[in-house]
Amino acid sequence: MALLRVEDLKTYFQTDAGLVKAVDGVSFTVNEQEIVGVVGESGCGKSVSWLSVMSLINPPGKIMGGKVLFEGKNLLEYTRHSPEMRAVRGAKISMIFQEPMTSLNPVLTVGEQVSEMLRWHLKMNDKEAKERTLYLMNLVGIPDAKNRYDDYPHQFSGGMRQRMMIVMAMSCNPRLVIADEPTTALDVTTQAQLLELLNEMVKEFQSSLVLITHNLGVVARYAHRIYVMYAGRVVEEGKAEDIFERPQHPYTIGLLKCTPRLDEEEGRELEPITGLPPNLINMPPTCAFLPRCKYRKERCAEEPWPPLFPVGPDHYARCLLHENAEGRVNMND
Amino acid sequence: MTKYIGQRLVQALLTLILITLIVFFMMRLLPGDPLLIYLGQRAELHDMTDEALEELRKEFGLDKPIMVQYVNWVAGALRLDLGTSIFYREDVGTLMKERFPITLYLGCIAMAVSTTAGILIGLLAAVRRGAWPDKIISPLTYIGVTIPAFWLGIILIYVFAQKLGWLPVSGFTSPFKDFVQSTRQIILPVICLSAFGVASTARQMRSSMLEVLPQDYIRTAWAKGLSERVIIIKHALKNSLIPVITLIGVGFRVMIGGSVLVETVFAIPGVGRLMVSSIFSQDYVVVQALTLVIAVLVLLINLVIDLFYGWLDPRIRYN
Repeated sequence: MALLRVEDLKTYFQTDAGLVKAVDGVSFTVNEQEIVGVVGESGCGKSVSWLSVMSLINPPGKIMGGKVLFEGKNLLEYTRHSPEMRAVRGAKISMIFQEPMTSLNPVLTVGEQVSEMLRWHLKMNDKEAKERTLYLMNLVGIPDAKNRYDDYPHQFSGGMRQRMMIVMAMSCNPRLVIADEPTTALDVTTQAQLLELLNEMVKEFQSSLVLITHNLGVVARYAHRIYVMYAGRVVEEGKAEDIFERPQHPYTIGLLKCTPRLDEEEGRELEPITGLPPNLINMPPTCAFLPRCKYRKERCAEEPWPPLFPVGPDHYARCLLHENAEGRVNMND
Repeated sequence: MTKYIGQRLVQALLTLILITLIVFFMMRLLPGDPLLIYLGQRAELHDMTDEALEELRKEFGLDKPIMVQYVNWVAGALRLDLGTSIFYREDVGTLMKERFPITLYLGCIAMAVSTTAGILIGLLAAVRRGAWPDKIISPLTYIGVTIPAFWLGIILIYVFAQKLGWLPVSGFTSPFKDFVQSTRQIILPVICLSAFGVASTARQMRSSMLEVLPQDYIRTAWAKGLSERVIIIKHALKNSLIPVITLIGVGFRVMIGGSVLVETVFAIPGVGRLMVSSIFSQDYVVVQALTLVIAVLVLLINLVIDLFYGWLDPRIRYN
């Protein structure tokens, strides 16, 4: 059953240089207890779309349209700081951000930063809130939690801070956790530990997880389904194994060709995607990947960006190659 | 922490010694003679004999070599004996005891007004950035930091005392004697004294709040579902107060300077006015003593502010 359905979400930024369509009609589905990966380059709109789900877009950004259906309600009908929206944020949908060094308040103790949520959302008293915080700190493997409760963020290492962010995110037993590049700022060994921890936590709490990342390796291991985004739109979606074994959009194919894999034969050369991601100001209506595409046809420059075509069971790609069912691509050709 | 305070006290002591040297010698470098001024004002002209002058010189120890005078003064100050005023012929301690409470009373009220009003106004301007409160507040704070206190004082007296007649022109009454009259009398001086403080605190508060609000940890606080009030007061205010506190220290020093002018304009018998009249009558003893006491106060305030940082920002360690 779908826990969250995002339909045709549009978030634009009005800048001095022009209108930036950071998110231009994306739809996602997140099922109960599912781990969904959202992959794309910097600036493809992956973070902005999920901040929009949380109604955390600041001016000059504005959500221009779409629906965010969660537990039968359209969250976009609530105003940004309404009590209804605040009751969802942190309690039912929580978020983990990229920068553990700057995402915790430097002048409040780490314990208080978790406890205040428990008091606020679950109406716990000081003692209950502290007990639950300590329980969670132990659960995520913060040694000597009792003494570290009153420490300040600067007394924690990057990895430990991100553990505290996980404690915060899990504190109110949310239905959905959105992790925006949760391990990008950490060193590689810590990254692996934290992903494993996050995976265990959402299992333990029976939550769903959205894993936003530019790193295919991160989603490969944990995600059940994957959305690939490019220039503010979803260009391919499907089950993780389909995306990795049978990618159908030229962009996904390009991404996989420039990613090394451990389980492949020796000797494959990594192929970079040539060119740069497009400038999102005043985009042409045609496919945004067109200038970098190796599969392009003349028609691509004439037609607007096509819709998502089905390319397999629960597998879709936004490319004219798949206009007809026989258009399947083999990435190794 | 104790070590830090110790170090700071030693530093303060060195500063103090430097200040005593500068004040002591600068006053004596000025042309003129306080004794001549004193005699000129007090005595009939025929009393101004060389003998009388010599006698006075001896009485105040001004006949001794200058280094001896300095050492005597410092030794006296260490015993809390700041000497006798040449002009008033009174113990300086007694002179100050009458006047310091008045200056401190006004100063404390003005500090409280400028800190609270400044923080609240700046907060409002930052939180409603670009909306009408900000559009009114920001230009007003520009005026507030540039307006000279004495000019503002004269204008306030002209408008509120002379033209409208709402408030008394000048003077000071002890609040214990007549609270209503006292309060009516201090309204204009307090506005005058705190105008700069309110404006500069508000400007600093606004800009440092605007620096804090886009920080990642504020976004985290929003993502936690907290209310705007909790986010502003608990998560943003403490972070943005750090530069504001520095300014409050500066504000205190500006206020001491301001009290000299404001007390003169409003005829308030505080230390500011005593300072001005003593400089005019070249009353070495009073000027030295006042400068010393004010310097000690400023150094203490600076120390308190440095310690306050540590409470605000746990990342600051004193070593």
